[in-house]
Amino acid sequence: MPTAPDPTAPSLQVSGLAYAYPDGHQALFGVDLTIARGERVALLGPNGAGKTTLVLHLNGILGGGAGTVEVAGLPVGKRHLAEIRRRVGIVFQDPDDQLFMPTVREDVAFGPATAGLRGAELEARVTRALERVGMAEFADRPPHHLSFGQRRRVAVATVLAMEPEILVLDEPSSNLDPASRRELADILRSLDVTVLMVTHDLPYALELCPRSVVLSGGVITADGTTRELLCDERLMREHRLELPYGFDPRSVPAPVAGG
Amino acid sequence: MGAAGGTGHASGGGAVHRLYRAGGSAVHALPPQCKIAAVFGFVLAVVATPREAVWAFGLYALLLAAVAAAARIPALFLLRRLLIEIPFVAFALLMPFVAEGERVRVLGLSLSESGLWGAWNILAKGTLGVAASVLLAASTELRALLLGLQRLRMPSLLVQIASFMIRYGDVIGDEMRRMRIARESRGFTARGVRHWGVLAKSAGALFIRSYERGERVHLAMLSRGYTGTMPVIDDVTATRAQWAYAAALPLTALAVCLTGWTL
Amino acid sequence: MHVPDGFIDAPVSVATGAIAAAAVAVSLRGARREFAGSGDAAGFGGERTAPLAGLVAAFIFAVQMLNFPVAAGTSGHLLGGALAAILVGPYTGVLAVSVVLLMQGVLFADGGLTALGVNITDMALVTTLVAYGLFRALLAVLPSGRRGVGIASFVAALVSVPASAIAFTAIYAIGGTTDVATGKVFTAMVGVHLLIGIGEAVITALTVGAVLAVRPDLVYGARGQVKRLELRTVEVATPGGPGAAKPAARDLPGDAPEAEAPPVAEGDRVPVGAGAPRAKGNRKVWLAGLAAALVCAGGLSYYASADPDGLEKVAHDKGIDQKTEEHAAKDSPLADYGVKDITNARLSGGLAGVIGVGATLAVGSGVFVLVRRRKTAAGPAAVPARETEAV
Repeated sequence: MPTAPDPTAPSLQVSGLAYAYPDGHQALFGVDLTIARGERVALLGPNGAGKTTLVLHLNGILGGGAGTVEVAGLPVGKRHLAEIRRRVGIVFQDPDDQLFMPTVREDVAFGPATAGLRGAELEARVTRALERVGMAEFADRPPHHLSFGQRRRVAVATVLAMEPEILVLDEPSSNLDPASRRELADILRSLDVTVLMVTHDLPYALELCPRSVVLSGGVITADGTTRELLCDERLMREHRLELPYGFDPRSVPAPVAGG
Repeated sequence: MGAAGGTGHASGGGAVHRLYRAGGSAVHALPPQCKIAAVFGFVLAVVATPREAVWAFGLYALLLAAVAAAARIPALFLLRRLLIEIPFVAFALLMPFVAEGERVRVLGLSLSESGLWGAWNILAKGTLGVAASVLLAASTELRALLLGLQRLRMPSLLVQIASFMIRYGDVIGDEMRRMRIARESRGFTARGVRHWGVLAKSAGALFIRSYERGERVHLAMLSRGYTGTMPVIDDVTATRAQWAYAAALPLTALAVCLTGWTL
Repeated sequence: MHVPDGFIDAPVSVATGAIAAAAVAVSLRGARREFAGSGDAAGFGGERTAPLAGLVAAFIFAVQMLNFPVAAGTSGHLLGGALAAILVGPYTGVLAVSVVLLMQGVLFADGGLTALGVNITDMALVTTLVAYGLFRALLAVLPSGRRGVGIASFVAALVSVPASAIAFTAIYAIGGTTDVATGKVFTAMVGVHLLIGIGEAVITALTVGAVLAVRPDLVYGARGQVKRLELRTVEVATPGGPGAAKPAARDLPGDAPEAEAPPVAEGDRVPVGAGAPRAKGNRKVWLAGLAAALVCAGGLSYYASADPDGLEKVAHDKGIDQKTEEHAAKDSPLADYGVKDITNARLSGGLAGVIGVGATLAVGSGVFVLVRRRKTAAGPAAVPARETEAV
């Protein structure tokens, strides 16, 4: 019995989240982060800052430390795990990890089918998700017949098919050629879901996300508009964030909030 | 690690299952579980046939030829695929020389009579078995074969493992190839036993990558609600008529086999 | 071995089919336990089985395509049963090898459908169980550490291959369709497979060693062993850096650079293993193995003329195929597969087999000396260097 998301609650609310791995290595030291419905937020940070650890807390794969995570008002925990995993759609970095089924259609159907959807309803859900990423005509292809960019888009569709409350993307622009990168950006902009995007690609963050937060040393160290963050040279240097050569965040138009 | 992933897929694509020949024949259209069961029954009947019933094997071959014709699979394709059993042909040819029993003299060679029968037995049955399997694989898509095995009550976990193996066979093969290219780009070519250490390190690295990918795939599955069972997304059902149609092959073979025993 | 249809009679084929089915059923349960027990990410139980066993099967399939050049254009490859058992445990090992055999039979018509039971019984079941049992038994008596694991892997793989040949001979004795004397089959099969076992043993030991150096936690058969070693080393090598050694759970998707960190961090660990005091008995084990192989090889030359069948089969099974060009896996391993066997077929005539086996013998015994010398001469420093090359 899926509980309806609370429309007044923020899409994601993380408070005081701390976590140490079983070997004692502590990765998160009290993360606080609130993302309102429909926001697109970039999560920036150097390697080893705890970004992946944070992401794996959002759908309850990791847990057991201090603090809480709530998705649309529902606390992440053992009791609601199935519903939480439906609400939080994570797109992993390597689409080959994500696309584990023999055909694109079956892969997109996997999530909703696990949740109990069958027959025509399932079919419609799959078609709609593939249409949203422009991959409908590839439904019966095996994933390894697709280009990398296409696989990334199908990976997004696998998650969209679950009609998530929040879409979490891990390095969505990595390994994409410029055209695929732009196509993915167009797709992401067209979606009306909350997006949290983990990335090193600062221009991409600026292009897509009005707001950015910086995770460094296991805590959120900065939170503001992406343009302001990228223009703060001292902050950027402190957290090993570097803009590409010749890129001036002031010279490009700011992203438009909302979908 | 992932950086090279973008270029690897192009070459591997489509080649996974080269035995398969797309087609719209009645044999192609049969549900996979019927075909698997039919081929298995057929091969079992062939194996159980007494080797002295030489005519029976001729009939079996005719049966398979009929199936191949119905599936519109060219004879040349089938014959080329039969090459896979050549080592056993060679093996069979040696039988008459090493087997026990009475010797007969053929062209001045002393041959064992039972060895000759043994050679014939392996040759005939092995060839028919390979031909039947090739027909199955040529007329059935990879995915359908797995679904068919599942319908035939192969444990779901085993089907899952096989699916993952097929899905990631290419991915891991690509990784292995990239490692080789990386080795060769740095001037290393394995030429002898002294290089085994390096190759074994590659194999070890490949294992670690495979295992870690398995862990990541598992996470991706969990993230989409996986709890240990695979949802049934595609199902293949067979009608009575389809079963009857498919059963024609093994039942005929069974009749031939029984006749072979009684004659 | 990939026995075709018609080699073993119908009743015995059905009986071995039942044995194989039972073994797979037991392994399905056992594999759940093996993965549940590996709990780096505690709480995920048996549902890890499908993806991990599937990936291991894909690995076995791929690694069988990796050619190990022997000499004069001949090469061999790994069979993988012992390797799978040591790396992922006996149950998962049986499953992975069985799935590989099943797919080879159904998709590539390699190995008869009715002979699937025979093939799974001798190649997946016997190889894996013998290798794992021997491996654990040896670990119990050998000095702990990497050297002990290496020797145990070597012997386990060395014995597992002829053990599989013995199993085949037993099946053949009961249900063989030709009356070649069992004694002849036995001697030829076991003799030849002992030779193959040397190659298998060297490769398996080296591969297990390579995994052990980088991710000791992934060597299932040596878990208890290596944990002790790991703790000691961490204390010595990185007194102030808590993040230096990362267990499996850290290597999650996303941060690829993080995931690649452990090899570097744990390279430090090598000297400890290599510098461990060498047990005196080790040399004896190595010499005994070498002597046994030589004796069998001597016997072989006699039977080679009487029973070229063993050689013939062996030449096929082991891929001791004379190839002039580099075995380039141009397409996918699966696609390559069909081609490979045809090439094998054409080239693995009796002569190639005889030359191949002879070369395997000569080189196989040479490897003992070489590997030993390398380990002492090149020492630990060479290991991390080659590691980077391999990756």
